[in-house]
Amino acid sequence: MPKLIVDGIEVEVENGATLLQACEEAGAEIPRFCYHERLSIAGNCRMCLVEVEKSPKPVASCAMPAADGMVVHTKTEQVKRAREGVMEFLLINHPLDCPICDQGGECDLQDQSMAYGVDGSRFHENKRAVEEKYMGPLVKTVMTRCIHCTRCIRFSQEVAGVPELGAIGRGEDMEITTYLEHALTSELSANVVDLCPVGALTFRPFAYTARPWELKKTESVDVMDAVGSNIRVDARGAEVMRILPRLNDDVNEEWISDKTRFVWDGLKTQRLDTPYIKENGKLRPASWDEAFAAIAAKLNGAKPESIAAIAGDLACAESMKALKDLFAALGSKNIDCRQDGAKLNAGNRASYLFNSTIAGIEEADAILLIGTNPRIEAPIINARILKRARAGGLKVGVVGPRVDLSYDYDYLGAGPQSLKDLGAFADVLKNAQRPMIVVGQGALARADGAAVLAEALALAKSAGAVSGEWNGFNVLHTAAARVAGLDLGFVPGEGGRDVAGILDGASKGEVSFVYLLGADEIDMGKLGSAFVVYQGTHGDAGAHRADVILPGAAYTEKPATWVNTEGRVQLGRRAVFPPGEAREDWTIVRALSGVLGKPLPYDNLAALRAAMEADTPHFAEVDFIVPAGALPDLPKGELDAAPFESPVKDFYMTNPVARASAVMAECAAGRARQRIQAAE
Amino acid sequence: MSVRRLDPNQPASFAFTAENLDWAKKQIAKYPQGKQASAIIPLFWRAQEQHDGWLPEPAIRYVAEMLGMDYIRALEVATFYTMFNLSPVGEHFVQLCGTTPCWLRGADELKEVCRKHIGPEKTVSADGKFSWMEVECLGACVNAPMVQINADFFEDLDAASLERVLTDLRAGRQVKPGPQNERHASEPIGGLTSLTNVGQPETGGSN
Repeated sequence: MPKLIVDGIEVEVENGATLLQACEEAGAEIPRFCYHERLSIAGNCRMCLVEVEKSPKPVASCAMPAADGMVVHTKTEQVKRAREGVMEFLLINHPLDCPICDQGGECDLQDQSMAYGVDGSRFHENKRAVEEKYMGPLVKTVMTRCIHCTRCIRFSQEVAGVPELGAIGRGEDMEITTYLEHALTSELSANVVDLCPVGALTFRPFAYTARPWELKKTESVDVMDAVGSNIRVDARGAEVMRILPRLNDDVNEEWISDKTRFVWDGLKTQRLDTPYIKENGKLRPASWDEAFAAIAAKLNGAKPESIAAIAGDLACAESMKALKDLFAALGSKNIDCRQDGAKLNAGNRASYLFNSTIAGIEEADAILLIGTNPRIEAPIINARILKRARAGGLKVGVVGPRVDLSYDYDYLGAGPQSLKDLGAFADVLKNAQRPMIVVGQGALARADGAAVLAEALALAKSAGAVSGEWNGFNVLHTAAARVAGLDLGFVPGEGGRDVAGILDGASKGEVSFVYLLGADEIDMGKLGSAFVVYQGTHGDAGAHRADVILPGAAYTEKPATWVNTEGRVQLGRRAVFPPGEAREDWTIVRALSGVLGKPLPYDNLAALRAAMEADTPHFAEVDFIVPAGALPDLPKGELDAAPFESPVKDFYMTNPVARASAVMAECAAGRARQRIQAAE
Repeated sequence: MSVRRLDPNQPASFAFTAENLDWAKKQIAKYPQGKQASAIIPLFWRAQEQHDGWLPEPAIRYVAEMLGMDYIRALEVATFYTMFNLSPVGEHFVQLCGTTPCWLRGADELKEVCRKHIGPEKTVSADGKFSWMEVECLGACVNAPMVQINADFFEDLDAASLERVLTDLRAGRQVKPGPQNERHASEPIGGLTSLTNVGQPETGGSN
């Protein structure tokens, strides 16, 4: 542990720490462009120069290991002059287009030039001009602004695991580009824009729409997948203008997927902003009272066995709690939150959580992926696995789809039969200190899902995946609502119907009333002649089938509780108000319960959350993980021979919000084009 | 230096000849497992040699695949090193040194000759025989000014001697590489000016 003196303050830093980290430890602010905590060190911008005693020249602190006894000065005249020199060189070729640059107001170069910029230019030649490079529909480039920090290159190689950015040419003619300017193919590609310290890479969909200082920033949680990435929603007036990542080392570090980031235009289109009632086969706008009256007319006198509710992938915990309580009051047991039909066991929390936690991936030394493609189901989790793989000593095995995961793995088989005989990988799991078994929805949402789950649980136990604090059994969810739904018990009661049963009943006429809480991924054709209420945000499959539509609030428009695949309870906050007549979802259910004469016992959010916490105490532990306890033994069953398939067919089109987004549609079309080209 | 781009006209594919493939495999084998990418420069050289002196885009991909590299990493190397020609060159590729010593000794005059006999810089002459470009120091300053044609240095040039070399090459005649004046290597013109008494008895000296 080297001890050194920075600006007269003695600090002790970890072995292997850099001088820059030591300076920060001592509270000195070091300007930088190329250095980034989560990327490898490049040392090419030279902005972090400091003075070290007994060193003849200023030292680039980001690339210099801190050594015992160093005496460092960061505020001397020499340091200031050296940094001013670096800044002057950087500005030689940097255009003075800050007024029209989208980075303006949140630009590292702009900020640091306030401290180290000189007032005039001594450079009389023409500035360099660089052609724009095409990088796909998400990342806009203005390459003349590039200062060659190479953060984007390092990101694509080290974090995204898709090395497609590079620097061609040399010296002044160096240019950042992809190979022959193909579009970026990573699901995390737009993080390069966050990393870009200048305006060379900006968000194409956000171009010229807003300035950072006019945006209202709301910290919230993402619902595009089950990771629960922490996000910041930037809004102006009633409009969400963009979504950025928020730092959370336990979940998403500081990355978010492209879908999380660019889905916001989907929040503005195809919205349900007023209740609708179907009359003579056509939907007409209606008032809330009319809509509730229409529902009450169907529900009053209906047999409890003939009514059912399905919660979709984007339903918040509050709305599911309210709907569950309403159906309990109506006497129905036909409720289910697993619209994909996953055979998850709601009775035991450990059997449906990502128990190792996302941060725990970094401690694992063997990972078996069963029926999942984490790269498209949860890109953030895939990035963690890649991070672990790059650190060395990790063995990954895959049973399921054979896809490019961006790291090497042993392919063990396509279907559940391979689980019985893992070959050499069985020993890898047994010998591992911290083995992880990750079961995807592709392995569970099928007829033999329960048997696969039992097999995976048995495998986890026999491999010694559960020991002491370590629980190596993991279920990777794809829906933001799923874990909360299972936690709250939004599953069929004794003798109740699950999703398949509800659909079956509806097509046979045994179920005459179905309440869809944002459920769009079921086969609407099977709902038969049932009376369908759709409560949700977008005019998607559910709304098209519905007899009554109740407009709800999207995840950016309501304070809501989300539980991610790890079982981490997180709070989303309201950035903007829902459009038109749309309301927060739990209040809709509460109002309906009043009309039906079975009022729910909570009148405000605090009371609802208190009720939730009373049933499921871990909902009070916001942002933390409550360990789920021991794994159950489940009865084994017959395993099918059919290969596993990832439930996510198209990364950009997984939910109603994404399907309403023009940007996501463009991405999906671009990816389809690339697939066709690759096939040729 | 200027921006270097891939040529717009590219061949459909590229593959090493059997002989070159053998040679490439030997080169790759020189490097330890996992460090095969180190062989990229010799392989590019050989690919360029095989492909009439320039490196086409399919060859960049071909070599990248052979070494297990990402295409962009190989493209970085190909565009970084100016010795890899990214567009077609003439059968006789003239690299003319324009750095200070050669420039002082009349490189500008040589450029004029090239312009007259070959055409504008970085374009292949109509008959496909020649192309030329100015390069930085080739390390033959003692015999300035000089040009490199394919693998050979032609030194101690002036307009007349370069013209002669180019005309001979165009006509398919043999040319003699090295100094084009009476010099044999880099000894002084007109005989020795020092060490004139080598072989004679020492007359004493300070060291």
